[in-house]
Amino acid sequence: MKQVLANSKESKTGVSLPSKPLVVIEPSKSWVALNLRDLWHYRDLLYILTERDIKVRYKQTVLGALWAIIQPFFTMLIFTLFFGKLAGMPSDNIPYPIFAYTGLLPWTFFANAINNSGNSLVGNSNLITKVYFPRMIIPIASVGAGLVDFIVAFILLIVLMFYYQISLTFNILIVPFLIILTAILAIGVGMWMSALNVKYRDIRHVLPFLIQIGMFVTPIIYPTSLVPEKWQWLMALNPMMGQIEAYRSAFFGKPFNWFSLAISVGLTCIILIYSAYNFKRMERQFADIV
Amino acid sequence: MKPIIKVENLGKQYTVGAIQKPNGNFRESITEILKSPFNFFRKPDEKDKFWALKNISFEIQPGEVVGIIGRNGAGKSTLLKVLSRITEPTLGKVELYGKVASLLEVGTGFHPELTGRENIFLNGAILGMRRGEIAKKLDEIVDFAGIEKFIDTPVKHYSSGMYVRLAFAVAAHLEPEILVVDEVLAVGDAEFRKKCLGKMQDVSKGGRTVLFVSHQMGSIAQLCQNAILLDQGSLVMNDKANKVIEFYLNQNNIKRGTYHAPPNSSEKVMFIKSAIVYDENKIEKTSFQHDEEIHIDLICSAKEIVRYSEARLVVRDARNVTVFTADAELNLLDENTKEFEVSYRIPPNILRPNNYSLIFVLFVPHQLTIELIEDAVFFSVFDGGTKYAQSEGMDYGVVFSPCESSVRKIA
Repeated sequence: MKQVLANSKESKTGVSLPSKPLVVIEPSKSWVALNLRDLWHYRDLLYILTERDIKVRYKQTVLGALWAIIQPFFTMLIFTLFFGKLAGMPSDNIPYPIFAYTGLLPWTFFANAINNSGNSLVGNSNLITKVYFPRMIIPIASVGAGLVDFIVAFILLIVLMFYYQISLTFNILIVPFLIILTAILAIGVGMWMSALNVKYRDIRHVLPFLIQIGMFVTPIIYPTSLVPEKWQWLMALNPMMGQIEAYRSAFFGKPFNWFSLAISVGLTCIILIYSAYNFKRMERQFADIV
Repeated sequence: MKPIIKVENLGKQYTVGAIQKPNGNFRESITEILKSPFNFFRKPDEKDKFWALKNISFEIQPGEVVGIIGRNGAGKSTLLKVLSRITEPTLGKVELYGKVASLLEVGTGFHPELTGRENIFLNGAILGMRRGEIAKKLDEIVDFAGIEKFIDTPVKHYSSGMYVRLAFAVAAHLEPEILVVDEVLAVGDAEFRKKCLGKMQDVSKGGRTVLFVSHQMGSIAQLCQNAILLDQGSLVMNDKANKVIEFYLNQNNIKRGTYHAPPNSSEKVMFIKSAIVYDENKIEKTSFQHDEEIHIDLICSAKEIVRYSEARLVVRDARNVTVFTADAELNLLDENTKEFEVSYRIPPNILRPNNYSLIFVLFVPHQLTIELIEDAVFFSVFDGGTKYAQSEGMDYGVVFSPCESSVRKIA
């Protein structure tokens, strides 16, 4: 009778258990799997968190998404005045404003992205301590939110190109690839920083400082040609350098520096993989120490 | 049948030091090292470690609704956190044969600047729902929360009641196979609480497995078939809900359920020697389910039986409201009685869940008080699952009244 009852209950409620557990919870081994399938399963959450970050950023502002243009635009004006006009900075025969803007644009995106994503886990501690989902989603969503600003800011670049009558070449086709590359680099660095930030809140103070230094070791306000040739290899160790150069080549129709771009791609991949594994290793402590 | 949740020797250890200073930054570490240079290299020893859970093993069958009870700090929340994969266990293993959704807080991730609608999507996604699934249920969720008019208003303008209703509405529409719920029903107004309890019961009737932490024994008794009692990180009892609740309440009740006369009482002409409280099975206890009989026996000594004397029982609740009085006439005893017993029986379904104290009086009406013992004995009544459980914690009267109600359609 009991058996029958149990059976009828099963059929009524449609409960049929899988033979293997869906989830096994146990202390993780020192070697951790990335569990990308889990990440894929939660892709909607990634999308919605990105959407949230974008919406919240410009809520109750008068100018809204215009801020995405205003910031790099005024930075460009100031740089043009001080570096272009007063200091007479060379710019590879490209009008200085647009030269600076093509550098500033990806850099601003990168800087904001690593800053936001570095602080993202701590900022979302209420989620981390209350619900399960792949933690990687949080720093990735922060980078994704910055991507929209980045693309909006491109509008101004196109206006500037018309203004200075720079004609487009097929080089422009590489831009989507470059955007993805910059985003991946930002995810790599941001994810790593965010995980470290959970344990060491010093990161919050270190990041702005690192970003400032990064701005000067990357050819944004000056062309790479300004650096003595024997030192250029050293500069290429900064993955943003190859990318900024590639953006300029793409917009101004100049030949690519494949060597520095290749180094950038390689470094970006290494950073991404390194920080993904590091993140996974530190992830299990997040809820306990955040 | 095969269990849907299988927990084996689960243990979770926290390092106490790490709890005290989670934000240990670089400068602090340096000063720490300078202060005690060898401490830094010392491995945290056993006294710095603290087991929030130890050796927990149990199995839960599909469709079961299980309550988890225990005092604050017993490990209930840690257990839920491990089961919902928020934190990793230190030892042991959990096997889950179904999708889990956990609800440790209502409105996790709600953003004040976003509208009700946007927050439904956000909260739903955080709880593991797909976008399409949320979109399909949107109307139902809005309807359940009763906030149609404000659905496009940022939630920062919501009243706290609306906020909670919206948050719970999203959670109530989750469709996992295993639902893990922390004490979230403690919020919201009575009517909404009732609605949520109803919804949770629907959930369990739909064959879903529910794990439920609450301090309200009435809700546990009403919703759960089984319960698990934790104490200091260990599993103490895993049995039928009513049994576990009773055990827990009795164990918790430090107040006495018996009375013994103080040594100098024998000078009185009549006095109460002892009193006990027990149930219909003659088992002495201090905590009763609402549908159990409560027996009180007094053993009295007498030099003589005072004429027209009576033995009075006064039942007072925790707020010092006198619930009722019962008098027993002692005239029936013959004159040379030296010792006698007075028994009272409080029928089931009279006293509401509450803590009670008893006052015993031996007196002659309008003339004389022979003996009066205040707070002689204490006992409590808990809700073993009545329809009033949803109002637990609120004032819904001092007794279950036999008041009858009927409903008739007029037009």
